[in-house]
Amino acid sequence: MSAGTAPFVERLLDAVRTRTGTAPLTDTMELDEDTALLVQEAVVHARVNAGHAIVGAKLGLTSVAKQRQMNVDRPLYGWLTSDMAIDTGAALHCDSYIQPRVEPEIAFLLGRDLEGPDVSAAQVLAATEACFGAIDVLDSRYAGYKFTFNDVTADNASSAGFVLGGTAMDPYGVDLRLTGCVLEKNGELVATAAGASVMGHPASAVAWLVRALAKRGQGLEAGHIVMAGGMTEAVAVAPGDTVVAQFDRLGSVEIACR
Amino acid sequence: MTLSAERADELAAALYQARLTGVAIPPLTEADPDLTMTDGYLVQQGVVRRYLSDGDRIVGYKLGLTSKPMQQMLGVDSPDFAPVMASHVHQDGAAMAASDYIAPKLEAEIALVLGAGLSGPDCTALDVLRATEGVVAALELVDSRVADWRIKLPDTVADMASSGAIVISGRSVPIDEVDLRLLGMVFTRDGEVIATGAGAAALGNPAAAVAWLVRTLHPHGDSLPAGSIVMTGALHAAVPVVAGQTYRAEFDRLGPVTARIV
Repeated sequence: MSAGTAPFVERLLDAVRTRTGTAPLTDTMELDEDTALLVQEAVVHARVNAGHAIVGAKLGLTSVAKQRQMNVDRPLYGWLTSDMAIDTGAALHCDSYIQPRVEPEIAFLLGRDLEGPDVSAAQVLAATEACFGAIDVLDSRYAGYKFTFNDVTADNASSAGFVLGGTAMDPYGVDLRLTGCVLEKNGELVATAAGASVMGHPASAVAWLVRALAKRGQGLEAGHIVMAGGMTEAVAVAPGDTVVAQFDRLGSVEIACR
Repeated sequence: MTLSAERADELAAALYQARLTGVAIPPLTEADPDLTMTDGYLVQQGVVRRYLSDGDRIVGYKLGLTSKPMQQMLGVDSPDFAPVMASHVHQDGAAMAASDYIAPKLEAEIALVLGAGLSGPDCTALDVLRATEGVVAALELVDSRVADWRIKLPDTVADMASSGAIVISGRSVPIDEVDLRLLGMVFTRDGEVIATGAGAAALGNPAAAVAWLVRTLHPHGDSLPAGSIVMTGALHAAVPVVAGQTYRAEFDRLGPVTARIV
């Protein structure tokens, strides 16, 4: 960690420790994208130092609507650590988070390492061992989810938890672009979508991630899980809520909030 | 009901004229603020009668207001419906002139084609599934004869549920090959994704939406004969269309359906 990033990192770690959202870093300090990624690495490193392994990555801002909202033309990414994994059937304990939100996503479990500046969506599919319907748990460390692109990059893409569904599907023969998704909260329909809402195809989002990582000399490894990006708007949850994401062919994922 | 048969017929004549001339009229609820939904359907029957006497035929029905956001916008808790006329049905790939309409928008929908008739006060989603012969990818071009879409519920009901035209794919898929709720759809404009959705957007389940229609038609002595096409409701927010663009909805398992707006 360079000395320049230390105050940023401290602010974010403190927000997690105290379960209290902070103001955007960019309110008070200059934060460019490179620095934001260094902050992200340090925040992830803190989890690794605490004994948790890096188990994959996630994408954010994968829909054109969200990118326009943020005034950018690309998504962003963060890292998943083992302490974020919530097994299917387990509850989401809201008091472990600041302001949890959930969104339905398609997740990829890689069977092979994936790296390089020219990786395509087709290569992502070929390297995928299994696809899952999944729920991403977001928890911005910024109060009220108020942040700029670089703020949320520094905050490890708001990553906080993830649940993979109980059905592992072979990606061969399934067009994830057309895969339908229905999100319900407490039995009420919240939103519907298809895989194309994620950068045209969820595998295209993963390919973008691999190419972005290549610029930093990084890559994804066999066994990594990649959460490809929210198919619908994120939904705030509180104790007592039940969220169900149903996916065509990929089964459903249910999470009860305590 | 607040509306006399004569007044209902006048309003129907005005709406039918607006459909023929492409010149919008003010909201009916402006001159008749007490109009109810029932009045709206009375006016709608007058519009349909005019189509029929001009030689058109009813080939099915469309459902409107099948999403929560649309229902909330108009302050209702149920969908609405109107017959689909034979002259409004276009084949996949059809070129449709924007200038034939007033303020056209497109919606991607799942259409069901019935192999058996459906009627009665107790029709369920299961009855609909049993009667459905095929599931078909479809687009609906909605339009409003009411100026600037300034519609309240009675306005859109009277205006044949703001219907304009439908485009039907040439491919019909057996109902047992799809899960209507989870069926995914991608809507593109000139190749750019502008919306996605799944079947559940139509009243939670397109088959439930059709069952609602059958139950609602029953007290009026109406039903859905075998062969009816039912447009089950939009899977996304309607998109205003622009001449010169190609709109394509691709459905999982059903394939694509395309409309060219010229």
